[in-house]
Amino acid sequence: MNLHHKMDEADRRNRLDDMAQGVLSTPMDRPEGPLKVSGTATYAHEAQPEGMLHGVFVRAPRLGRVVEKDDAAAREMAGVEAIISGDRLLRNPAQGTANEAPIQGATEVHYVGQPVALVVADTFETARAAAQSISFEIADADRAPTDPRNYDSPEDEQSSMGDLEKAMKEAAISIDQTYTTPSHNSAAMEPHASIAHWDGEKLTLRGSYQMLKYNRNELADALGVDPENVRIVAPYVGGGFGSKLGIAPEAVAAALAAKETGRPVGVAMTRQQVFESTMRRSETKQRIRLAADANGRLSGIGHDAWVSNLPDEDYFEPVTQATPFTYRGENRMIGTHVTRVSRTCAGSVRAPGEAVGVTCFEIAMDELANAAGIDPVELRRRNIAEQDPTGDQPYSSNKLDATLTSGAAAFGWDNSCPAPSSRREGEWLIGQGMASAVRVNTLMGSKARVTLDPDGTATVETDMTDIGTGTYAILTQLTAEMLGLKPSAVEVRLGDTDHPPGAGSGGSWGAASAGSSVFLACQSLRGHIAKALGTDEKDLTLKDGQAIADNRSVPLSEILDAPLESIGEIEPGDTGDDVRQATWGAYFSEVAVNAVTGETRVRRMHGTFAAGRILNPKTARSQCLGGMTFGIGMALTEELMHDPRDGRIVNRDFAEYHLPVNADVPQLTVELLEERDPWANPMQAKGIGELGICGAAAAILNGIYNATGVRVRDLPATLDKVLAGLDD
Amino acid sequence: MKTTLTINGNTHALDIDPRTTLLDALRNHLDLTGSKKGCDHGQCGACTVIADGRRINSCLTLACMMDGVEITTVEGLGKPGDLSPLQDAFVRHDGFQCGYCTPGQICSATAMLEEARAGWPSAVTDNLEGETVSLGNGEISERMSGNLCRCAAYPNIVDAIREVSERKEVAE
Repeated sequence: MNLHHKMDEADRRNRLDDMAQGVLSTPMDRPEGPLKVSGTATYAHEAQPEGMLHGVFVRAPRLGRVVEKDDAAAREMAGVEAIISGDRLLRNPAQGTANEAPIQGATEVHYVGQPVALVVADTFETARAAAQSISFEIADADRAPTDPRNYDSPEDEQSSMGDLEKAMKEAAISIDQTYTTPSHNSAAMEPHASIAHWDGEKLTLRGSYQMLKYNRNELADALGVDPENVRIVAPYVGGGFGSKLGIAPEAVAAALAAKETGRPVGVAMTRQQVFESTMRRSETKQRIRLAADANGRLSGIGHDAWVSNLPDEDYFEPVTQATPFTYRGENRMIGTHVTRVSRTCAGSVRAPGEAVGVTCFEIAMDELANAAGIDPVELRRRNIAEQDPTGDQPYSSNKLDATLTSGAAAFGWDNSCPAPSSRREGEWLIGQGMASAVRVNTLMGSKARVTLDPDGTATVETDMTDIGTGTYAILTQLTAEMLGLKPSAVEVRLGDTDHPPGAGSGGSWGAASAGSSVFLACQSLRGHIAKALGTDEKDLTLKDGQAIADNRSVPLSEILDAPLESIGEIEPGDTGDDVRQATWGAYFSEVAVNAVTGETRVRRMHGTFAAGRILNPKTARSQCLGGMTFGIGMALTEELMHDPRDGRIVNRDFAEYHLPVNADVPQLTVELLEERDPWANPMQAKGIGELGICGAAAAILNGIYNATGVRVRDLPATLDKVLAGLDD
Repeated sequence: MKTTLTINGNTHALDIDPRTTLLDALRNHLDLTGSKKGCDHGQCGACTVIADGRRINSCLTLACMMDGVEITTVEGLGKPGDLSPLQDAFVRHDGFQCGYCTPGQICSATAMLEEARAGWPSAVTDNLEGETVSLGNGEISERMSGNLCRCAAYPNIVDAIREVSERKEVAE
C-alpha cells in the first residue's frame, strides 16, 4: 500500500486544508529542541565508540607534486597507529547531488591546504603532534593560475534575446556597471567530522552530511565498495549551508583508516581545514546592463558573470540563475564565463547563484531608480513581468508585488525618494535601502515510510536530514495533521541510510520534497482507514486518535489490529517545466554609517516573503532570519582573501573571516505571506531556506548609498571603501 | 598526567595527556559532548562552560589547570523534562536552529545574567557605577557576541534571554 505520485499537473485540491487536527502551519516548537538545549542531541563526532582512534589531517603547504614525505618522527611516536595517504584520499569534496566520488589522490596538490595524509593515533593529542611533525618535499608542477584570468565562455551558458546593444543605445536611462563579490565560506558551526567503523565488509559512518542518499554512493565509489555495504548516520547536523552536500575528505580518510587499523576511527576537521579543504563560494565579477525608458520600464537586461573553480570540476556558481525571469525586458544577453584556478574548490554556499547574482542585480536596480528619480519600490513594481519573459512560461505564482507592498508598509518605507546624505544624527549618516528577493523553486524525488500503530502513535522514517532547517518539526506536524494525532504521538527518525531515501537538505527543496513523501504515505494510510470504515478517504476525518465518518467516531485502536505501514514517494514531473516556479520577497533596511570611521551599522531590517504554504511559521521565520543575517555578512564583512602568489586562503579562521555576531544583527523582522502554489507539490508549499539571502545584502548596500551617496560595487562594504567615497 | 576534575558536581579522576584541553577532556574522555568544538581557538564560543561561576572557552584551557575548579557544562544546567529557565526559553523562542552553538550560548547566557546582576559593565553600558545592569536588547547582544551562531538565531536568542532576565528582575 505504497503511494507514488509524479508531479505532472497542478494540484489544487489543497487537501491539507481539509484536515482537522490543527497543528500544521502553527508555530510549534521543535520537538528535538530539549535535546539540543541540553547538549544531549548527538552530532557527528559524538557517541564515540569504545576504542576509537583519532585521525588528524596533514595539509599540503604549497602547490605542486608530493615527491617525498618525511614521517619518521611521527612513526616513532608512541600511540601512532597508522599514516594514511595515497590514491583514494579525496582531493576535495563531492559537489551536491554528484552521486559519485570526486577527484581523488593525495599526490597532485591543486590548492594549498589540500589534505595529503591522515595520521591516526590513540589520542587526539598524539595524532595532532604527529601530524605536525610530518614534512613534505613538494616539487613544482604545472598548475592552474592562482588568480582568475583567461575565462572560457561555454556555449550553452550564453543566451540572448532581441538586441541588447540597440536597446542600450536607445534607452532614455541606462546602467552599465561592474560589480565584484569575494569568495565566501559556509562556516557551519559544526566542522566536518566523521566516525567510521567496519564490521566485516559493512561500513557504518557517522557523519555531518546534508544529502545521505547521494553521500552513500559517493563514499562507496571513493572506497571502491558496494553501496549496499555502506550505511551513513547523521541524526543531527550542525549546520550545512551547502558545505556538507557532498562527501568530504574526512569521511573517506576515516573509512580508510578504520579499515587499515581494524578499529573505529574518528576524524574531525579543524576550522582551518574546513576553510581550506571543503568548499568556498566562487568570487564573482558581474557586468550588469539595464536599458529603460524615462519611466523606468526595462527594455533590456544584460548580466554577465565571471567565476572560477579547480581544474576538472563541473560545478560553477550559477550567478545569473534568476536573471532571465525576475523582471520584464525584451532584449537580453545573459552569460557565464568560467576559469580554472589553484584555489580551494568552489561549490554550493547557501543559495548558489541568487545569493550573489540577485544581490548585484538589485544594486544595479537601485542605480537605475536613482538615475530615473523613481522610488526603488515603485521601479521594481513597474518591471514585474506577466510571465517568464525568457521561457514564455507562466509563473506558478509571482508574489513580488505583494511582498513589495506589504514589506514597505511593515517597514515604514519612505517612498518620497529621499536624497542621499540627507539625514544625519551626530556622526551618523542614516539611510534606507531595499531590494527584491527571488529564488528558483525545485522539487526532488523523495521517499518516506510512515507506520501507524494501533496504539495511536506514528513513526516517520526517511534518510532526509535536519540541518537546523526544522525537518523534525514539520514532518511531525504534517504526520500529526494528516493522521489526526497529537504531535507528541509522532516520532520522526531522520538521517540514516537504512531508512527510505529522501531528497536531502539543500537547494531549498528539503521541506517540500520530503514533506510531500510523508504527505503521500499518510494519504495512503488514510485510504486504508477509510476503506476499513467503508467510506471514501476524502470524507474521512482523523482527529485526536479518532476516525470520524458518516456520523461515527471510532478510535484508531478499534480499526487497526496491527501496525499499518506505507511508503510515500514523490517524483518531480512536468510542473517543473510547464511553469516558472520561484519564491519571492522584499527586504528593507535602515542603516547608519559613521561619517568619521566609515563603519556601517544595520539599525533595522525587515523581510517579507512568499513561499507557498508555510508549514511552520516559527521555523520558517528562523530560516529567513538566518538568510538575512548571511546578507548582513555579505554586505559588510565576509570575504575570503586569497594570497595572489599561491591562491591560499589567508584568513582561514573566525578571527579573520568575520561572520556577523549578535551585536551586528538588530531585531530583524520577518513577515510570511500566506499562499498556495498548486504547481509546486501536493502540499502547495515551496522552499524557504535560501530565499532570505537572495538579495539581502543589496538592501544594506543600497541603504549605504542612500545614507552617504557612496556606491560600493566591490563587496563587502568595508570601512575603507566607504571612507574613500565620503567627503571630508 | 593525573587530574581530578569536578564537573556538574561529580568528581572525575583522569590520567590524561597534559596537552589535553578541558574541552577535549569533556568530549573525548568523559563522554560529556554537550560542549562543542567549533574552532578550537576561542573564536566561536561553542565550547563555553562555567568555571567557578565565570564563563570560559573550554578549548583555551588545559584540563590539568582545572583541578579543584567547579565546572558546569550544559549537561549540568538541565535535562529534557527538567530544563533550566534559559534552556526552556531557547526552545520556545527558537533560539537555535542546527543546535551546535546552543550549549555554548546557554552556558554563556547563564553566567552573563549573573555578571549583569553583579553590575559588571559592558562596552555599551552607560552607567559604569550601577549596582546592577538592566539588560535591554543592546546589552544582551553586546554581551553575547562571543558566541557565534551561523544559523543566526540572534534575535531569538536575545528574546529568550531578555524574557528570563525580566522574569528574574520581577522575582527579586
